[in-house]
Amino acid sequence: MVETYLRLVGARLRGQFAYRTSFTIEVVAQAVVQAIELAAITILFSHVEALGGFDVHEVVLVYAIAATAFGLADLTAGQLNELPTYIRTGSFDVLLLRPLGTLPQVMVGDIRLKRIGRTLFGLGAMVYALAHNEIAWSPAKAALVVVAPVAGAVIFGSVWVVACAVCFWMVEGQEIANTVTYGSNAFTSYPVTVYSGWLRRFMAFVVPGAFVAYYPALALLDRADPLGGPAVLGWVSPLVALAAAVVAGLVWRFAVRHYRGTGS
Amino acid sequence: MRAYAHLALAGFRRYSTYRQAMFAGLAANVVFGLLRTAVLVATVAAAPVAGYDVAAAVTYVWLGQGLLSFVVLWGETQLSERIRTGDVVVDLSRPWHLQAALLAEDLGRGAYSVVVRFVPPVVIGALLFPFRWPGPATWPLFAVSAVLGLVISFGLRFMLNCTTFWLLDSRGVVNMYAVVSGLLCGLIVPLAFMPEWARDVLWATPFPYLLQAPIDVFLERGPQWTVLAWQAFWAVAVLAAGNLVLSRAVRKVVVQGG
Repeated sequence: MVETYLRLVGARLRGQFAYRTSFTIEVVAQAVVQAIELAAITILFSHVEALGGFDVHEVVLVYAIAATAFGLADLTAGQLNELPTYIRTGSFDVLLLRPLGTLPQVMVGDIRLKRIGRTLFGLGAMVYALAHNEIAWSPAKAALVVVAPVAGAVIFGSVWVVACAVCFWMVEGQEIANTVTYGSNAFTSYPVTVYSGWLRRFMAFVVPGAFVAYYPALALLDRADPLGGPAVLGWVSPLVALAAAVVAGLVWRFAVRHYRGTGS
Repeated sequence: MRAYAHLALAGFRRYSTYRQAMFAGLAANVVFGLLRTAVLVATVAAAPVAGYDVAAAVTYVWLGQGLLSFVVLWGETQLSERIRTGDVVVDLSRPWHLQAALLAEDLGRGAYSVVVRFVPPVVIGALLFPFRWPGPATWPLFAVSAVLGLVISFGLRFMLNCTTFWLLDSRGVVNMYAVVSGLLCGLIVPLAFMPEWARDVLWATPFPYLLQAPIDVFLERGPQWTVLAWQAFWAVAVLAAGNLVLSRAVRKVVVQGG
Protein backbone atom coordinates (compact mmCIF):
# COMPACT_ATOMS: atom_id res chain seq x y z
CA MET A 1 0.00 0.00 0.00
CA VAL A 2 2.63 2.50 1.15
CA GLU A 3 4.91 1.15 -1.54
CA THR A 4 2.31 1.95 -4.17
CA TYR A 5 2.16 5.56 -3.07
CA LEU A 6 5.93 5.83 -2.94
CA ARG A 7 6.15 4.57 -6.51
CA LEU A 8 3.49 7.07 -7.64
CA VAL A 9 5.38 9.92 -5.97
CA GLY A 10 8.71 8.71 -7.35
CA ALA A 11 7.40 8.65 -10.89
CA ARG A 12 6.00 12.16 -10.49
CA LEU A 13 9.23 13.55 -9.11
CA ARG A 14 11.43 12.04 -11.79
CA GLY A 15 9.27 13.54 -14.50
CA GLN A 16 9.72 17.03 -13.13
CA PHE A 17 13.47 17.15 -13.57
CA ALA A 18 13.02 16.70 -17.30
CA TYR A 19 12.50 20.44 -17.83
CA ARG A 20 15.28 21.83 -15.72
CA THR A 21 15.05 25.53 -16.65
CA SER A 22 11.33 25.74 -16.11
CA PHE A 23 11.76 23.85 -12.84
CA THR A 24 14.38 26.32 -11.59
CA ILE A 25 12.30 29.34 -12.61
CA GLU A 26 9.29 27.94 -10.72
CA VAL A 27 11.29 27.25 -7.56
CA VAL A 28 12.66 30.80 -7.63
CA ALA A 29 9.20 32.28 -8.33
CA GLN A 30 7.74 30.39 -5.35
CA ALA A 31 10.53 31.68 -3.11
CA VAL A 32 9.90 35.22 -4.40
CA VAL A 33 6.18 34.96 -3.53
CA GLN A 34 7.17 34.21 0.02
CA ALA A 35 9.94 36.84 0.02
CA ILE A 36 7.50 39.58 -0.99
CA GLU A 37 5.46 39.02 2.17
CA LEU A 38 8.61 39.33 4.24
CA ALA A 39 9.52 42.49 2.32
CA ALA A 40 6.11 43.94 3.21
CA ILE A 41 6.70 43.19 6.90
CA THR A 42 10.15 44.83 6.73
CA ILE A 43 8.76 47.92 4.98
CA LEU A 44 5.97 48.33 7.56
CA PHE A 45 8.47 47.99 10.40
CA SER A 46 10.65 50.74 8.94
CA HIS A 47 7.88 53.08 10.17
CA VAL A 48 6.66 51.48 13.39
CA GLU A 49 8.21 49.85 16.45
CA ALA A 50 5.54 47.20 16.91
CA LEU A 51 2.58 45.59 15.15
CA GLY A 52 -0.16 44.21 17.37
CA GLY A 53 2.28 44.48 20.30
CA PHE A 54 5.08 42.46 18.68
CA ASP A 55 8.46 43.73 17.49
CA VAL A 56 9.93 42.99 14.10
CA HIS A 57 11.87 39.84 15.03
CA GLU A 58 8.88 38.38 16.79
CA VAL A 59 6.64 39.04 13.79
CA VAL A 60 9.26 37.49 11.51
CA LEU A 61 9.21 34.38 13.73
CA VAL A 62 5.43 34.11 13.36
CA TYR A 63 5.74 34.72 9.63
CA ALA A 64 8.53 32.13 9.25
CA ILE A 65 6.67 29.32 11.02
CA ALA A 66 3.55 30.09 8.95
CA ALA A 67 5.56 30.27 5.70
CA THR A 68 7.27 26.93 6.31
CA ALA A 69 3.99 25.28 7.28
CA PHE A 70 2.19 26.69 4.25
CA GLY A 71 5.06 25.67 1.97
CA LEU A 72 4.85 22.07 3.21
CA ALA A 73 1.06 22.06 2.85
CA ASP A 74 1.28 23.52 -0.64
CA LEU A 75 3.73 20.78 -1.61
CA THR A 76 1.44 17.96 -0.48
CA ALA A 77 -2.11 19.36 -0.65
CA GLY A 78 -1.70 22.10 -3.26
CA GLN A 79 -2.78 19.87 -6.13
CA LEU A 80 -6.24 19.69 -4.61
CA ASN A 81 -6.66 22.90 -6.62
CA GLU A 82 -6.85 20.60 -9.66
CA LEU A 83 -9.95 18.89 -8.26
CA PRO A 84 -12.43 20.85 -10.42
CA THR A 85 -10.49 19.75 -13.50
CA TYR A 86 -10.53 16.13 -12.31
CA ILE A 87 -14.28 16.37 -11.80
CA ARG A 88 -14.98 18.16 -15.07
CA THR A 89 -12.92 15.81 -17.22
CA GLY A 90 -14.08 12.67 -15.44
CA SER A 91 -10.59 11.78 -14.17
CA PHE A 92 -12.03 11.66 -10.69
CA ASP A 93 -14.20 8.69 -11.68
CA VAL A 94 -11.03 6.83 -12.54
CA LEU A 95 -9.64 7.51 -9.06
CA LEU A 96 -12.83 6.02 -7.57
CA LEU A 97 -12.28 2.76 -9.44
CA ARG A 98 -8.83 2.17 -7.98
CA PRO A 99 -8.44 0.27 -4.69
CA LEU A 100 -6.78 3.30 -3.05
CA GLY A 101 -8.23 6.24 -1.13
CA THR A 102 -9.36 9.10 -3.35
CA LEU A 103 -7.84 11.79 -1.16
CA PRO A 104 -4.30 10.38 -1.04
CA GLN A 105 -4.53 9.66 -4.76
CA VAL A 106 -5.31 13.31 -5.53
CA MET A 107 -2.61 14.45 -3.12
CA VAL A 108 0.24 12.29 -4.37
CA GLY A 109 -1.07 12.14 -7.93
CA ASP A 110 0.68 15.32 -8.95
CA ILE A 111 3.21 16.38 -6.32
CA ARG A 112 4.98 19.41 -7.72
CA LEU A 113 8.45 19.62 -6.30
CA LYS A 114 8.90 23.08 -7.79
CA ARG A 115 6.70 24.30 -4.96
CA ILE A 116 9.63 23.59 -2.63
CA GLY A 117 10.67 27.24 -3.09
CA ARG A 118 8.19 28.49 -0.49
CA THR A 119 9.33 25.94 2.08
CA LEU A 120 13.00 26.67 1.51
CA PHE A 121 12.44 30.41 1.95
CA GLY A 122 10.35 29.77 5.06
CA LEU A 123 13.10 27.61 6.55
CA GLY A 124 15.66 30.33 5.84
CA ALA A 125 13.45 32.91 7.54
CA MET A 126 13.03 30.55 10.49
CA VAL A 127 16.77 30.20 10.98
CA TYR A 128 17.04 34.00 10.89
CA ALA A 129 14.14 34.53 13.30
CA LEU A 130 15.37 31.91 15.79
CA ALA A 131 18.81 33.52 15.80
CA HIS A 132 17.44 37.05 16.31
CA ASN A 133 14.95 36.37 19.09
CA GLU A 134 15.96 35.72 22.68
CA ILE A 135 14.82 32.17 23.26
CA ALA A 136 15.52 30.25 26.47
CA TRP A 137 16.20 26.95 24.77
CA SER A 138 15.05 23.65 26.28
CA PRO A 139 14.54 20.21 24.75
CA ALA A 140 10.80 20.85 24.63
CA LYS A 141 11.31 24.05 22.65
CA ALA A 142 13.73 22.38 20.27
CA ALA A 143 11.04 19.79 19.61
CA LEU A 144 8.45 22.54 19.16
CA VAL A 145 10.58 24.21 16.46
CA VAL A 146 10.34 21.01 14.43
CA VAL A 147 6.80 20.03 15.34
CA ALA A 148 5.13 23.45 14.90
CA PRO A 149 5.66 23.80 11.12
CA VAL A 150 4.62 20.18 10.58
CA ALA A 151 1.48 20.54 12.68
CA GLY A 152 0.84 23.86 10.92
CA ALA A 153 1.17 22.10 7.58
CA VAL A 154 -1.41 19.50 8.66
CA ILE A 155 -3.77 22.32 9.72
CA PHE A 156 -3.30 24.10 6.39
CA GLY A 157 -3.70 20.79 4.55
CA SER A 158 -6.98 20.12 6.37
CA VAL A 159 -8.21 23.59 5.49
CA TRP A 160 -7.28 22.85 1.90
CA VAL A 161 -9.24 19.58 1.89
CA VAL A 162 -12.37 21.10 3.43
CA ALA A 163 -12.25 24.17 1.17
CA CYS A 164 -11.74 22.10 -1.98
CA ALA A 165 -14.46 19.62 -1.06
CA VAL A 166 -16.80 22.51 -1.87
CA CYS A 167 -15.94 21.89 -5.52
CA PHE A 168 -17.99 18.68 -5.44
CA TRP A 169 -21.07 20.88 -5.20
CA MET A 170 -20.00 24.17 -6.76
CA VAL A 171 -18.62 24.16 -10.27
CA GLU A 172 -16.84 27.48 -9.78
CA GLY A 173 -15.93 26.80 -6.18
CA GLN A 174 -12.19 26.89 -6.70
CA GLU A 175 -11.77 30.61 -6.24
CA ILE A 176 -13.78 30.47 -3.01
CA ALA A 177 -11.51 27.63 -1.88
CA ASN A 178 -8.43 29.69 -2.78
CA THR A 179 -9.75 32.54 -0.67
CA VAL A 180 -9.83 30.30 2.37
CA THR A 181 -6.47 28.59 1.77
CA TYR A 182 -4.37 31.55 0.64
CA GLY A 183 -6.35 33.77 2.99
CA SER A 184 -5.30 31.60 5.93
CA ASN A 185 -1.72 31.90 4.79
CA ALA A 186 -1.98 35.69 4.77
CA PHE A 187 -3.73 35.66 8.14
CA THR A 188 -1.19 33.44 9.91
CA SER A 189 1.78 35.54 8.76
CA TYR A 190 1.01 38.20 11.40
CA PRO A 191 0.28 37.91 15.13
CA VAL A 192 -3.47 37.45 15.54
CA THR A 193 -3.53 40.55 17.78
CA VAL A 194 -3.34 42.61 14.57
CA TYR A 195 -6.85 41.46 13.69
CA SER A 196 -10.06 42.00 15.59
CA GLY A 197 -13.73 41.12 15.80
CA TRP A 198 -15.32 38.24 13.93
CA LEU A 199 -12.48 38.14 11.39
CA ARG A 200 -10.08 37.14 14.18
CA ARG A 201 -12.51 34.72 15.79
CA PHE A 202 -13.19 33.00 12.47
CA MET A 203 -9.67 32.82 11.04
CA ALA A 204 -7.94 32.09 14.35
CA PHE A 205 -10.30 29.59 15.94
CA VAL A 206 -12.90 28.28 13.47
CA VAL A 207 -10.21 27.87 10.82
CA PRO A 208 -7.64 27.14 13.53
CA GLY A 209 -5.11 29.59 12.06
CA ALA A 210 -3.87 30.84 15.44
CA PHE A 211 -2.39 27.40 16.16
CA VAL A 212 -0.24 27.38 13.02
CA ALA A 213 2.28 30.00 14.09
CA TYR A 214 0.96 32.47 16.66
CA TYR A 215 0.64 30.24 19.72
CA PRO A 216 3.79 28.18 19.01
CA ALA A 217 5.71 31.46 18.61
CA LEU A 218 4.38 32.68 21.98
CA ALA A 219 5.60 29.45 23.58
CA LEU A 220 9.04 29.78 21.99
CA LEU A 221 9.30 33.40 23.13
CA ASP A 222 7.94 32.65 26.64
CA ARG A 223 5.38 35.41 26.13
CA ALA A 224 1.95 35.42 27.71
CA ASP A 225 -0.94 35.62 25.25
CA PRO A 226 -2.06 39.28 25.06
CA LEU A 227 -5.53 37.92 24.38
CA GLY A 228 -5.51 36.12 27.72
CA GLY A 229 -5.28 32.51 26.55
CA PRO A 230 -3.50 29.97 28.81
CA ALA A 231 0.18 29.18 28.12
CA VAL A 232 -0.65 25.59 27.21
CA LEU A 233 -2.12 26.79 23.88
CA GLY A 234 1.43 27.12 22.55
CA TRP A 235 1.95 23.37 22.83
CA VAL A 236 -1.33 21.94 21.60
CA SER A 237 -0.99 22.56 17.88
CA PRO A 238 -0.31 18.83 17.14
CA LEU A 239 -3.63 18.01 18.81
CA VAL A 240 -5.40 20.78 16.90
CA ALA A 241 -3.80 19.45 13.72
CA LEU A 242 -5.03 15.94 14.50
CA ALA A 243 -8.56 17.19 15.12
CA ALA A 244 -8.47 19.27 11.94
CA ALA A 245 -7.28 16.26 9.93
CA VAL A 246 -10.10 14.10 11.32
CA VAL A 247 -12.69 16.75 10.46
CA ALA A 248 -11.20 17.14 6.99
CA GLY A 249 -11.27 13.38 6.46
CA LEU A 250 -14.93 13.20 7.46
CA VAL A 251 -15.87 16.15 5.23
CA TRP A 252 -14.03 14.56 2.31
CA ARG A 253 -15.77 11.21 2.84
CA PHE A 254 -19.13 12.89 3.03
CA ALA A 255 -18.42 14.88 -0.15
CA VAL A 256 -17.24 11.85 -2.13
CA ARG A 257 -20.30 9.85 -1.07
CA HIS A 258 -22.47 12.56 -2.58
CA TYR A 259 -20.40 12.79 -5.74
CA ARG A 260 -22.45 11.98 -8.81
CA GLY A 261 -19.99 12.51 -11.61
CA THR A 262 -20.43 14.82 -14.54
CA GLY A 263 -21.75 12.09 -16.82
CA SER A 264 -20.98 11.83 -20.46
CA MET B 1 -13.56 52.00 -35.92
CA ARG B 2 -16.95 50.30 -35.65
CA ALA B 3 -15.25 46.93 -35.54
CA TYR B 4 -13.33 47.98 -32.43
CA ALA B 5 -16.51 49.21 -30.76
CA HIS B 6 -18.05 45.80 -31.43
CA LEU B 7 -14.99 44.12 -29.97
CA ALA B 8 -15.28 46.23 -26.82
CA LEU B 9 -18.90 45.20 -26.51
CA ALA B 10 -17.92 41.58 -27.07
CA GLY B 11 -15.36 41.87 -24.28
CA PHE B 12 -18.05 43.25 -21.97
CA ARG B 13 -20.47 40.46 -22.85
CA ARG B 14 -17.91 37.70 -22.70
CA TYR B 15 -17.05 38.32 -19.07
CA SER B 16 -20.63 38.95 -18.05
CA THR B 17 -21.40 35.31 -18.84
CA TYR B 18 -19.08 34.07 -16.09
CA ARG B 19 -21.18 35.52 -13.32
CA GLN B 20 -20.45 32.88 -10.72
CA ALA B 21 -16.70 33.23 -11.25
CA MET B 22 -17.01 36.99 -10.92
CA PHE B 23 -18.74 36.66 -7.54
CA ALA B 24 -16.20 34.11 -6.35
CA GLY B 25 -13.45 36.54 -7.31
CA LEU B 26 -15.26 39.31 -5.51
CA ALA B 27 -15.37 37.20 -2.33
CA ALA B 28 -11.60 36.79 -2.59
CA ASN B 29 -11.15 40.55 -3.06
CA VAL B 30 -13.18 41.27 0.06
CA VAL B 31 -11.51 38.72 2.35
CA PHE B 32 -8.04 39.88 1.36
CA GLY B 33 -9.24 43.48 1.73
CA LEU B 34 -10.23 42.77 5.34
CA LEU B 35 -6.89 41.12 6.11
CA ARG B 36 -4.87 43.91 4.47
CA THR B 37 -6.91 46.60 6.19
CA ALA B 38 -6.19 45.06 9.61
CA VAL B 39 -2.43 45.01 9.03
CA LEU B 40 -2.23 48.50 7.55
CA VAL B 41 -4.52 50.06 10.15
CA ALA B 42 -2.38 48.45 12.88
CA THR B 43 0.59 50.22 11.26
CA VAL B 44 -0.88 53.72 11.03
CA ALA B 45 -3.17 53.61 14.09
CA ALA B 46 -0.71 55.29 16.47
CA ALA B 47 0.51 57.97 14.06
CA PRO B 48 0.16 58.67 10.34
CA VAL B 49 2.89 57.10 8.19
CA ALA B 50 4.09 58.88 5.05
CA GLY B 51 0.91 60.99 5.05
CA TYR B 52 -1.42 57.96 5.44
CA ASP B 53 -3.80 58.18 8.38
CA VAL B 54 -6.35 55.45 9.09
CA ALA B 55 -8.90 56.77 6.56
CA ALA B 56 -6.28 57.15 3.82
CA ALA B 57 -4.89 53.65 4.54
CA VAL B 58 -8.37 52.13 4.36
CA THR B 59 -9.13 53.96 1.11
CA TYR B 60 -5.79 52.83 -0.32
CA VAL B 61 -6.53 49.17 0.50
CA TRP B 62 -10.10 49.00 -0.85
CA LEU B 63 -9.41 51.11 -3.91
CA GLY B 64 -6.47 48.78 -4.61
CA GLN B 65 -8.68 45.68 -4.14
CA GLY B 66 -11.14 47.14 -6.65
CA LEU B 67 -8.55 48.33 -9.15
CA LEU B 68 -6.49 45.16 -9.21
CA SER B 69 -9.03 43.24 -11.25
CA PHE B 70 -9.91 46.31 -13.32
CA VAL B 71 -6.34 46.86 -14.53
CA VAL B 72 -5.53 43.08 -14.22
CA LEU B 73 -2.39 42.81 -12.13
CA TRP B 74 -1.67 39.17 -12.77
CA GLY B 75 -0.41 37.75 -16.01
CA GLU B 76 -2.80 36.28 -18.53
CA THR B 77 -1.83 33.96 -21.31
CA GLN B 78 -4.65 33.97 -23.86
CA LEU B 79 -2.61 35.52 -26.66
CA SER B 80 0.36 33.44 -25.63
CA GLU B 81 -1.71 30.26 -26.01
CA ARG B 82 -2.83 31.34 -29.48
CA ILE B 83 0.75 32.00 -30.45
CA ARG B 84 1.87 28.63 -29.10
CA THR B 85 -0.82 26.74 -30.97
CA GLY B 86 -0.41 28.81 -34.15
CA ASP B 87 -3.97 30.18 -34.03
CA VAL B 88 -2.49 33.66 -33.93
CA VAL B 89 -2.05 33.43 -37.70
CA VAL B 90 -5.81 33.67 -38.06
CA ASP B 91 -5.87 36.77 -35.84
CA LEU B 92 -3.07 38.37 -37.82
CA SER B 93 -4.82 37.91 -41.15
CA ARG B 94 -8.07 39.50 -40.00
CA PRO B 95 -8.80 43.06 -41.17
CA TRP B 96 -7.75 44.71 -37.94
CA HIS B 97 -4.67 45.62 -36.02
CA LEU B 98 -4.17 42.79 -33.54
CA GLN B 99 -2.94 44.99 -30.69
CA ALA B 100 -5.76 47.53 -31.14
CA ALA B 101 -8.35 44.77 -31.35
CA LEU B 102 -7.17 43.17 -28.12
CA LEU B 103 -7.04 46.57 -26.41
CA ALA B 104 -10.64 47.24 -27.45
CA GLU B 105 -11.68 43.88 -26.01
CA ASP B 106 -9.78 44.59 -22.81
CA LEU B 107 -11.51 47.97 -22.41
CA GLY B 108 -14.84 46.19 -22.73
CA ARG B 109 -13.76 43.72 -20.08
CA GLY B 110 -12.72 46.64 -17.89
CA ALA B 111 -16.12 48.29 -18.26
CA TYR B 112 -17.81 45.14 -16.96
CA SER B 113 -15.24 44.76 -14.22
CA VAL B 114 -16.07 48.26 -12.91
CA VAL B 115 -19.57 47.07 -12.03
CA VAL B 116 -18.80 43.74 -10.41
CA ARG B 117 -15.20 43.96 -9.25
CA PHE B 118 -14.46 47.64 -8.60
CA VAL B 119 -17.59 49.20 -7.11
CA PRO B 120 -18.51 46.43 -4.60
CA PRO B 121 -15.17 46.25 -2.72
CA VAL B 122 -14.95 50.05 -2.56
CA VAL B 123 -18.51 50.30 -1.22
CA ILE B 124 -17.89 47.52 1.32
CA GLY B 125 -14.66 49.19 2.49
CA ALA B 126 -16.41 52.56 2.75
CA LEU B 127 -19.29 51.08 4.76
CA LEU B 128 -17.14 49.14 7.21
CA PHE B 129 -14.30 51.58 7.85
CA PRO B 130 -13.54 55.31 7.91
CA PHE B 131 -13.06 56.28 4.27
CA ARG B 132 -11.66 59.30 2.48
CA TRP B 133 -13.79 60.52 -0.41
CA PRO B 134 -12.23 63.02 -2.81
CA GLY B 135 -13.69 66.38 -3.89
CA PRO B 136 -16.00 66.42 -6.94
CA ALA B 137 -13.25 67.75 -9.24
CA THR B 138 -11.14 64.64 -8.57
CA TRP B 139 -13.67 62.05 -9.79
CA PRO B 140 -13.21 62.61 -13.56
CA LEU B 141 -9.42 62.76 -13.08
CA PHE B 142 -9.54 59.46 -11.21
CA ALA B 143 -11.62 57.87 -13.97
CA VAL B 144 -9.08 58.95 -16.60
CA SER B 145 -6.21 57.78 -14.41
CA ALA B 146 -7.78 54.35 -13.86
CA VAL B 147 -8.38 53.87 -17.61
CA LEU B 148 -4.80 54.92 -18.35
CA GLY B 149 -3.68 52.39 -15.74
CA LEU B 150 -5.64 49.69 -17.58
CA VAL B 151 -4.07 50.70 -20.91
CA ILE B 152 -0.53 50.56 -19.48
CA SER B 153 -1.31 47.20 -17.89
CA PHE B 154 -2.67 45.92 -21.21
CA GLY B 155 0.47 47.15 -22.99
CA LEU B 156 2.73 45.27 -20.58
CA ARG B 157 0.64 42.08 -20.72
CA PHE B 158 0.62 42.25 -24.51
CA MET B 159 4.41 42.39 -24.64
CA LEU B 160 4.73 39.58 -22.10
CA ASN B 161 2.51 37.42 -24.28
CA CYS B 162 4.46 38.35 -27.38
CA THR B 163 7.61 36.85 -25.85
CA THR B 164 6.03 33.52 -26.80
CA PHE B 165 7.03 34.21 -30.41
CA TRP B 166 10.64 33.80 -29.29
CA LEU B 167 10.46 31.69 -26.12
CA LEU B 168 7.71 29.35 -27.43
CA ASP B 169 6.46 29.11 -23.84
CA SER B 170 6.09 32.34 -21.88
CA ARG B 171 4.55 30.82 -18.77
CA GLY B 172 7.73 31.37 -16.76
CA VAL B 173 7.86 35.07 -17.69
CA VAL B 174 4.15 35.60 -17.11
CA ASN B 175 4.25 33.79 -13.75
CA MET B 176 7.18 35.88 -12.61
CA TYR B 177 5.31 39.05 -13.61
CA ALA B 178 2.26 37.90 -11.66
CA VAL B 179 4.46 37.26 -8.64
CA VAL B 180 6.25 40.62 -8.52
CA SER B 181 3.65 42.99 -10.05
CA GLY B 182 1.79 43.42 -6.74
CA LEU B 183 4.89 44.75 -5.01
CA LEU B 184 6.09 46.89 -7.93
CA CYS B 185 2.67 48.48 -8.53
CA GLY B 186 2.12 49.41 -4.91
CA LEU B 187 -0.61 46.85 -4.14
CA ILE B 188 1.12 45.11 -1.23
CA VAL B 189 2.46 48.23 0.51
CA PRO B 190 1.93 51.88 -0.49
CA LEU B 191 4.96 52.99 -2.45
CA ALA B 192 5.27 55.99 -0.12
CA PHE B 193 6.15 53.54 2.68
CA MET B 194 9.16 52.21 0.79
CA PRO B 195 12.72 53.44 1.29
CA GLU B 196 13.57 56.43 -0.87
CA TRP B 197 15.90 54.58 -3.26
CA ALA B 198 13.21 51.97 -4.01
CA ARG B 199 10.63 54.69 -4.62
CA ASP B 200 12.96 56.52 -7.03
CA VAL B 201 13.68 53.33 -8.96
CA LEU B 202 10.04 52.24 -9.15
CA TRP B 203 8.58 55.59 -10.20
CA ALA B 204 11.01 55.52 -13.14
CA THR B 205 9.24 52.36 -14.39
CA PRO B 206 5.66 52.00 -15.69
CA PHE B 207 4.56 49.76 -12.78
CA PRO B 208 3.40 52.37 -10.21
CA TYR B 209 1.30 54.00 -12.94
CA LEU B 210 -0.96 50.94 -13.10
CA LEU B 211 -2.25 51.13 -9.55
CA GLN B 212 -0.50 53.51 -7.17
CA ALA B 213 -1.00 56.47 -9.54
CA PRO B 214 -4.83 56.19 -9.75
CA ILE B 215 -4.96 55.70 -5.96
CA ASP B 216 -2.77 58.80 -5.45
CA VAL B 217 -5.09 60.78 -7.74
CA PHE B 218 -8.11 59.60 -5.73
CA LEU B 219 -6.45 60.43 -2.40
CA GLU B 220 -5.36 63.79 -3.85
CA ARG B 221 -1.75 63.12 -3.00
CA GLY B 222 0.56 65.30 -5.05
CA PRO B 223 -0.05 67.11 -8.35
CA GLN B 224 -2.75 65.15 -10.21
CA TRP B 225 -2.10 66.55 -13.67
CA THR B 226 1.57 65.59 -13.51
CA VAL B 227 0.61 62.02 -12.61
CA LEU B 228 -1.87 61.88 -15.52
CA ALA B 229 0.74 63.25 -17.93
CA TRP B 230 3.21 60.55 -16.90
CA GLN B 231 0.52 57.90 -17.25
CA ALA B 232 -0.26 59.13 -20.76
CA PHE B 233 3.43 59.01 -21.58
CA TRP B 234 3.77 55.42 -20.35
CA ALA B 235 0.55 54.35 -22.10
CA VAL B 236 1.89 55.61 -25.44
CA ALA B 237 5.35 54.19 -24.72
CA VAL B 238 4.25 50.64 -23.88
CA LEU B 239 1.74 50.51 -26.76
CA ALA B 240 4.39 51.72 -29.23
CA ALA B 241 6.90 49.23 -27.87
CA GLY B 242 4.32 46.45 -28.12
CA ASN B 243 3.55 47.44 -31.69
CA LEU B 244 7.25 47.27 -32.54
CA VAL B 245 7.59 43.87 -30.88
CA LEU B 246 4.55 42.59 -32.81
CA SER B 247 5.81 43.78 -36.19
CA ARG B 248 9.19 42.17 -35.46
CA ALA B 249 7.45 38.95 -34.47
CA VAL B 250 5.20 38.89 -37.52
CA ARG B 251 8.25 38.85 -39.76
CA LYS B 252 9.34 35.74 -37.88
CA VAL B 253 6.08 33.84 -38.13
CA VAL B 254 6.16 30.90 -40.46
CA VAL B 255 2.71 29.80 -41.52
CA GLN B 256 2.56 26.07 -41.97
CA GLY B 257 -0.52 24.54 -43.40
CA GLY B 258 -1.99 22.54 -46.11
